[in-house]
Parts: sequence; C-alpha cells; structure tokens
Amino acid sequence: MKPAPFELSQPGTLDDARGLLAAGDADCRIIAGGQSLGPMLNLRLARPDRLVALSALPGLTECRETESHVEIGAAVTHARIEDGDCPEPIPGMLRHVAAGIAYRAVRNRGTIGGSLCHADPAADWVTAMTALGATLLISGEAGTRREVPMRDFMQGAYRTALKPGEILTTVRIPRYSAGARWGYYKICRKVGEFADAISAFVADPETRVCRVVFGSTGGAPLERPALARQLAETGAAAPLDEIKKDLLAAQSDLSPVKLQQMAIAHQRSVQEALSHD
Amino acid sequence: MRTDCYDVYSIYRVIETPQDFLPNGYPTRRQERDSAVSTGIGARVARKEDRRLLSGQARFVGDIKLPRQWEAAFVRSPIAHGRILKITKPVAFADRVFTVEDMDDVRPIRAESSLPTYNVSDQYVLAKDKVRFVGECIAICIAPTRAEAEDIAEQVQVEFDPLPPLVDAARARESDAPLVHEDWGNNLFLTTDFDSGLDEARANAAVVIEREYTTARQCMNPMEGKGTLAHWDEKAEQLVVHTSTQVPHLIRTGLSECLGLDQGSVRVIAPDVGGGFGYKCVLQPEEVSVSWVARKTGRPIRWTEDRREHLVAGANTRQHHYKITAYADDRGRILGLDAEVTVDIGAYSVWPFTACLEAAQAGGNLPGPYAFQHYRCKTYSVATNKPGLTPYRGVARPGVCFAMELTMDAIARAVGREPSEVRKDNLVQADQMPFTNVTKKFYDSGDYPESVVQAARSIGLEEFRARQAAARAQGKYLGIGFSTFTEQSAHGTKVFAAWGLPLVPGYEQAMVKITPSGSIEVRSGNHSFGQGLETTIAQVASEWLTVDIDRIKVTMGDTGLTPYSTGAYASRGMVMAGGAVSKAAEELAGRVKTHAAHLLQCSPEDIRLADGNAYAGEAHVSFADIARSWYLRPDLLPDDVNTAGLEVTEGYKPEIDTGVFTYATHAAIVEVDTGTGKVAIQDYVIFEDCGRRVNPLILEGQAYGGAAQGIGTALFEEVLYDANGQPLTSTLADYILPGPAELPHFRLDHAETLSPYTRHGIKGVGEGAAIAPSGAIVNAINDALRPFEVELNQIPATPERILSALLATDPAREAAE
Ligand SMILES: Cc1cc2nc3c(=O)[nH]c(=O)nc-3n(C[C@H](O)[C@H](O)[C@H](O)COP(=O)(O)OP(=O)(O)OC[C@H]3O[C@@H](n4cnc5c(N)ncnc54)[C@H](O)[C@@H]3O)c2cc1C
Repeated sequence: MKPAPFELSQPGTLDDARGLLAAGDADCRIIAGGQSLGPMLNLRLARPDRLVALSALPGLTECRETESHVEIGAAVTHARIEDGDCPEPIPGMLRHVAAGIAYRAVRNRGTIGGSLCHADPAADWVTAMTALGATLLISGEAGTRREVPMRDFMQGAYRTALKPGEILTTVRIPRYSAGARWGYYKICRKVGEFADAISAFVADPETRVCRVVFGSTGGAPLERPALARQLAETGAAAPLDEIKKDLLAAQSDLSPVKLQQMAIAHQRSVQEALSHD
Repeated sequence: MRTDCYDVYSIYRVIETPQDFLPNGYPTRRQERDSAVSTGIGARVARKEDRRLLSGQARFVGDIKLPRQWEAAFVRSPIAHGRILKITKPVAFADRVFTVEDMDDVRPIRAESSLPTYNVSDQYVLAKDKVRFVGECIAICIAPTRAEAEDIAEQVQVEFDPLPPLVDAARARESDAPLVHEDWGNNLFLTTDFDSGLDEARANAAVVIEREYTTARQCMNPMEGKGTLAHWDEKAEQLVVHTSTQVPHLIRTGLSECLGLDQGSVRVIAPDVGGGFGYKCVLQPEEVSVSWVARKTGRPIRWTEDRREHLVAGANTRQHHYKITAYADDRGRILGLDAEVTVDIGAYSVWPFTACLEAAQAGGNLPGPYAFQHYRCKTYSVATNKPGLTPYRGVARPGVCFAMELTMDAIARAVGREPSEVRKDNLVQADQMPFTNVTKKFYDSGDYPESVVQAARSIGLEEFRARQAAARAQGKYLGIGFSTFTEQSAHGTKVFAAWGLPLVPGYEQAMVKITPSGSIEVRSGNHSFGQGLETTIAQVASEWLTVDIDRIKVTMGDTGLTPYSTGAYASRGMVMAGGAVSKAAEELAGRVKTHAAHLLQCSPEDIRLADGNAYAGEAHVSFADIARSWYLRPDLLPDDVNTAGLEVTEGYKPEIDTGVFTYATHAAIVEVDTGTGKVAIQDYVIFEDCGRRVNPLILEGQAYGGAAQGIGTALFEEVLYDANGQPLTSTLADYILPGPAELPHFRLDHAETLSPYTRHGIKGVGEGAAIAPSGAIVNAINDALRPFEVELNQIPATPERILSALLATDPAREAAE
C-alpha cells in the first residue's frame, strides 16, 4: 500500500498554485489534509503525476466574520472548527458537526474544503453546509472567481461543480438570528465512522428560512421542503411514516433499513434541538 | 544448544530509554497471595516488557535494518478462482520477480492429518496452475524500497482463465458445486460423525428447540501485521529468519521442510511481536517465499504485511454454521442435542494445525460445560475460494459457545424460566467433579453453577427485571444475557495426536541459570507477544529462587538461544512454559542450597532461600557469593561438587494430557435502540476461574482484551464477499473493529480453583474471555426484543440485521412503506 511515484509542489501563493494546476501536467491533483486523498493514493486508486499542496497558502487557512456572513478558508481543519477557533453562524452547530467527524488524528489534518471537494455522500460537511445554505467561493483559471451555492455544488457521489484547475478557497455561510435553531443527528456504526444516515435542519423564524436535509443517501444531500414546512409550522418533526413517504418520493431506491434510519435521524435531530432549550 | 551471542543486535538503533515515562499511578507491586516472595507467583507486578513497549523502544521485524536489505511486495490474485494461463515478468526487472517456476526446489505447504476422510491440500507458496482465493500470492518482487517493489509488482502481467467461484459453504456441499481442488472429487476437507444415541432424549422430550446459527468470517487484526526478514548468515551457515510469530521452533521445522534444509541450517528469531491471536501460529507462504529469495539472491529480504493484505489474504477465521435440535424436559434440562456444523475452511489447510482443528473442536466442545449425556454431531469442513481458516483466540469455541448459549436461552423461553436458572440446572455440578462429559472431555475441577450465581448477583439480575419493565413502559428496550463456557487449556500430547495433527506437542522445555554476578537468566522457546509471558515466567523463577524479577532476564523466541518448545497457542504458555521454568528453577534452587551448604558449613536441608540469599539460621551467603564460587573461585568448592553447575534445562508436561479446564460466566445488560438498531452495552460482568492467578494484573488485561475482541465478534466484525468472491471489506473503513467508545467498563471477579494436575495449580487464561461475549450480548439483545418476538441468530448483530428483523415483524411500519 504505497502510492505510485508523484511530484509534490508546495506553492506559496494562490497564483502559483493555479499556475501549477494550469500548467497542463498530465494529471495534477490538489492535496489539502490528505485524509481522503491519502488512502486513495496508497491504494493506487488515484495516481496523479503531481500533487499541489494547499497547506502553505496563507489565505486558505483563515476565518473571517462580516455583518451578514461567516467565511471559512477551505484549508481550515476540522479540529480548529471543533475547538471553536472559527466564528459560528449559528451558535454551536459547526463545533458539533466537526467534533463528530472521524477521530482527532483525522480532524487535525482533514479540512472543510477537502471534505466538500471530495464529496463523499456519507461525509458530514456536505450535508451540514447544505442545511446552512452555504456558498462556495471558487478560484479558477487566470484569477477568475465564481460563487456556487452548496446545493448546486455537489452533483452526485464524488462529483462536484469544480472544473479542472479550480480551487475552492472559501466557504461562506449566512449568519442566523438569535432565535434560530439547528439540529444535526448522525447515525453511524461506531464513534468516528462515516454516517449511515444524517439528518440536519436549520430554522430561523425571523427570516422564515427553514431547511431539512438528509445525508448519506448515496448521492448528493437531499433537501426536503415539505418536511421543512411541516417543521416550521408545527415546531415538530412529521410522524415516521410521513417522513418515509416523503423520502421515498424523492428517492425510490432507499432500502427499508436506510429509510428507517433517515426518518429516525430527522425525528431525533428535532427532539435534540428542543432538548437544548 | 547454541548460546553464542548473535551480532545482528549490535546494529540496531540505540535510543536512550527515558527514565520516568511511566505515569504516576501506574500499578505498584502487591503480592496478593500468601507468599514470602514479593515478585513471585500471585504478585500484581507491572510487566517487565512494558518499559520498552510503551516508550517505543521495542524491536519488531519492521524496526530491523540489515546492510543491503531489500523489501518485498507480492503480486496477489485479483480473482477468487481461475487457472493461471501465463505470467509475464517486466523485462527490465526480470531478475527481481520470482514465480513458482523459479521455485521448483520448494515443497508446497502440506498439512497431513491421520483423521479418516481427510483430504489434504497442497499450497504452493506462490500459486501453481490455479488461484483459489483473492489475495493468493502469485509472484514476489524485490527492490530497495517497498514502494519500488510495488511498482514492479504492478507491471507483472498474469493471464487467467476464470473458473466459477465457490463462496458459500452450503453450496460447497452440493454435488454439482465447482471444485476447489479438482483431484478430490468433492469439496470436503473432513467430515466427522459423533453419535451417542438420541432415541431416549427424543422419546422423553417435553420441549424441542430447532435453530440455525451463523457466525461471520473474521480477520484477527493484531496491531502489528505479519512481517518476515530473512538473510543467509555465511559464518553460521544458516538461514536466519526474523519473523513475527508465536511459534519460532515450529516455523523452523516448517521452513526446513519446505526449503529442503536441515533444521540446523535454519535459525528463526521472533523479536518483539505486536499481537498474534493465532494469526501467527501457522507457517505462512510469505515466510517461505521471502526465505527462499533471501537465499537465492544473497540479500536480506523483508516483507511487511500491510493492513490491506491482512484484510484480504488474512480474512481467515471463525466462519461456522450450526443446525441445532435440542431436546429438553419441561424444566429446560437438556436431554439430548443434535447438531450439524459446517465450517467454511477456505482454500487450504494451514500447517501445522490442519483444516481439522475447527471441526474437531466444534464437535468436541459444543456440549461445553453442560452435563447432558446424549449427543449427536456431524461436522462438514468445506473448501471454498477464500483464505484458509486459521485458529483465532478460542479457536472454534466462540462459535460453539454462541450456538449453545443461544440454544440455552431459547429453551428457557420455551419453558418460561429465567435463563440463568436453566443454565445452572444444566451445568456440571461441583460435586460431580472431576467429570467426564459426553465427548469424553475430562473436566478437572471447578464449580460451574457458582459462576452463574456470582455473575447474576454482580450484574443485579433480581432488580434488573423491574428496571426492564419500567424502561419498556417508556419505549426503552433493555435486555440481560448470560453465557457460560469451559475452555480446554494447555491440552497436550494425546489430544493433539487424536486430532491427527502432523506435529504434536510433548514436553515443554526451559532453561534457568545463575549468572556469575548472581542474577538469573531464563530461556524458553515459547514466546511473549503481548500476553505477558516474559513477566509471568520470571515470576515463577522468582518464586523458587527468591530473586526479584528485575534481576531475572528472560530470553524467548529464538531457536538459536532457547530450548525446544512448540510455542504459544491453545492457552498453554503459562501452564507449559511456566511449569517447565518451575521445574528447572526448583532443581536450580536445590543446587544453590548444596553450594551454599558447603560455603556455610552446614547441610543443604538447613538452608532457606530468601531475598536472593541462602540462609542457615542467621548466617547467609548471597547468590552472588554462590555464583562466584562456581564460576570464578572453584577452588573454594569441594572436589565432589555437582559438575552440572548452576544451569538447568528441564522438560515438563502436566500430569494429564487432556488439558485443564478454565470456566467463566459472562453477563451483559444492553439497550437496543429500536429506532436505529444500535446496541449499547450498559454493563458487563465476567466471573471466571482460571486456577492460580500468577499475575492478577496481567490476567485482568487478558480478560479485558479477550472480551473486547469478543464484542467485535458479537457486534461489528464481518468479512463480506460478493458473488464473485471479491472481498468487500478490504480497509478498516469497511471492516469495523470496536474502539474504546464501543466497549463497556468490564467488571471482573474470580474464583481460584487450583488444578490438581499442573504445577502451582495453574490453568490457561489467554483465550477464554474471547469465547463468551457473543452469547451474552446476543442473548441480551433477544431478551430486550422479546416484546417484538424478534430473535437474532446471526453475528455480528449489526444495526442492519436488528432493524431488518424488527421491520419484518412490524406490520404498521411495513404498511407505511
Ligand atoms: C478514518 C477516517 C474517518 C473519517 N470519518 C469521517 C466522517 O465521519 N465524516 C466525514 O465527513 N469525513 C470523514 N473522513 C474524511 C475526512 O473528513 C477528510 O478530512 C475529508 O474528507 C477530506 O479533507 P482533506 O483536507 O483531508 O482533503 P484531501 O484528502 O487532501 O483531498 C480530498 C479531495 O479534495 C480535493 N481538494 C482538497 N482541497 C481542495 C480545494 N481547496 N479545492 C479543490 N479541491 C480540493 C483533493 O484534490 C482531493 O480530491 C474520515 C477520514 C478518515 C481517514
């Protein structure tokens, strides 16, 4: 389990990084924390000629706060978020999600940007960021920049809207009002495992935003507006059979066990949010 | 015996040992037994080896670096079953790739057995003509680094003619199934049939219970995988093989046979070994290939197994299927048991333990601690396209115990009694000891029912039922489960001979001597690979010689330095190596007294040993004085001195060959989350009796570690294959091992019934705790799920299996879908 030979570059600026990526090398890959790419390299499932490391790029490891948004650099680690080293768009949610990813050794290296770009259906940030309505800032060829809403970013299992040579630089999350609530419930085999089912919601009575999202569906996270409406109107999750019906309407290939775990995850995400009070 | 010092050690990296790395509160010494010797038998002392193991100073195969050493990587079969049409070596590296064609002087691994019906398999160490499982070695490639060796391995082209894969053990028994070994004409390694007659049981049964049970294929996952480094030592004219093994002397025999070398030309050294669990008690094909290439090329060659190789080619243990019919009276007392056991052996028989061991133990141990006298058991050990089954901690007994203990609870439910009560009635009673059971196992001593009583008391069975009812009313599902077993430990010559093995253990030998400065050296051909034998056999020597274990140096695992032992397996190390050290140390103590008597001018009977001194009344000489007289000042000794000196090698086996039986009851309380299918272990109690506890601290570690592995078996671990025999669990993301958060806080209690047949009353302890957890936990799950009339009979009891069972019984839920 040793990777095939590759070159490693550690550019010091975003321009240099883009230059390396655009240089037309046969196969050039970005490496952030290496916690997903590393295993694929070792298994020789990924065999890039060159790796471009993001670790030395100053802008990507910073967090910023504006009146309306929180911005997290793509190379910020799960551990820093877990430790509260990042502003929260809604109190406690980012820390909670980060702390439930893998175990500390992985969180020390793995990054939020790496996780989003890897786009594993069972990963945590793709679901959490969909629920939070995040926008991803992407830097492309010749310094161009574009913004992609999270719900359009992940296009399927391990597929994203990123084009060759593009770098995710920043995750921008809108701030929520003081009365906003969140819930996040992950079902997994053991502490630190990838999820078998995730349900997340964010509800802000002031802006009348309410999203209910399901993760670990086998593809991109599923947003379920009808369940969100019900939650916003009644303050409670729908009954189990209604949740299942709604999920099946969106994705008919969910197994009975998967469906059950999804539905339970939604109910519990709401119950736990209420018990926080 | 060679005792010269071997210079390879001088080139090991030397790092200064940090002095005070042990955290405060690390257990201090305490003698828990009535003994004058503070580090003797019964002392709770920290392990001698912990300093190096915990500070990163241990020396594993992976730490050794020899001059000119290269690394090896294997080309492994990507398909489960197929004919090899052609192997093409990369032109640029033709001299760095070796296949079976090159190794025409190597004999295949072949484990004979004298049992009737046995079909023997030839396992070429690099596949010949056919591949029979995904991961089977086809070629070995060498290069200065592992990465480069893997680069070469990628370029080796193998053309196959795929054959239909045989993945399912039941299918293997059908007459039109694909054949794993064509020349057999069937897929049966072995069939056995035991029948004591069931007519009476059938005629009198008030209750008949029929069940099928399934256990998963598992991987043992020692922290250190397998590793082998071989080189030819021109001076010694020996092939020197550093290998991560539990059984160095056996590996020497196996390597010699495969390579056609005299055993004197092979030296096997097991350095520090990071866990074995049985994985490292057999000769592995890689060990042979690496040794052959080292000899052929004149270079030290190392292969270090990586986790993926382990999870694919090492997916080799535990897979059983049981069909059970139990006949019981209206109180749940078993009158007879009818069983059919199918063991999924995989493609090859391991050497030396053969493909027979599992079935022999399954058939022989299914009745376990219970006294019933009517029993029929047919076993089928079938060949499939998977790695060859290897004995793992507990061997067949975790499966056997699971099947028996679930049957016991099913009977209890059928007769409406508390399962622990039904267990007690069925167990061999204390006043029946010693007891010969229906399969002629000789249970030497103990009070089995008392272990149930104690476990039930400790876990609070009485108050639990009320708590369970209250929880149910709130939609919480708690359950309690028990599991009782006996473990045949240190079974010896006759037992292994009856299993038809090619290699039968006999007398275990050990050497004990006094150095010129009065310290002690102990040498044993057994091995310490995490189970603490290095410390416990020092304690045995300490017991006789009264010298602190800090002044007792233990050397193990090197065929060049130690007396013969078949090694560490079958929970035999403490009984056998401990017994041998005890005998040698006793003899040495006698000689010390004779020397001391001369120096103190009294008779040997007047000498008493204490604190490393020999006393005659108040007068005394130290061991250093005694040793000095023998080694440096023989002029002080009389002419008729015992010329055997202060070095003793002795051989030992217990008074009986049939093994000494430890036993235990495990009890668990679980909560089943009926929404998610997850199981939380709320409490876990072990009550065990393993005879004399030589070191209570080590024993506790063995119990916790074993139980942790048993919980892996019960809830998490499972090797999955697709219909083509492709393993789906080839990384630790897919093969789930329990972590600290999944383990309960174990509570442990003991009885100490000394075996009448072993030195110091010791019984084996290594395997026991891994046997019972599946029974206790799944019984607890089934107890929790009684309101749903759901019963699980398969392990691991995953959330998926539990939810599927629940969803299948819940019409409301089904209607909703
Ligand atoms: C044992 C283990 C358990 C885990 N458990 C979980 C879990 O429970 N939940 C969970 O969510 N995750 C889990 N993970 C995955 C972990 O969160 C990874 O950190 C994450 O998926 C990838 O982040 P990274 O920084 O390591 O990215 P890398 O591995 O370096 O890269 C991943 C991919 O993203 C690309 N990439 C990285 N950064 C950028 C960028 N800025 N712009 C464009 N492309 C980029 C890379 O080219 C690569 O294709 C686990 C990982 C391990 C090893």
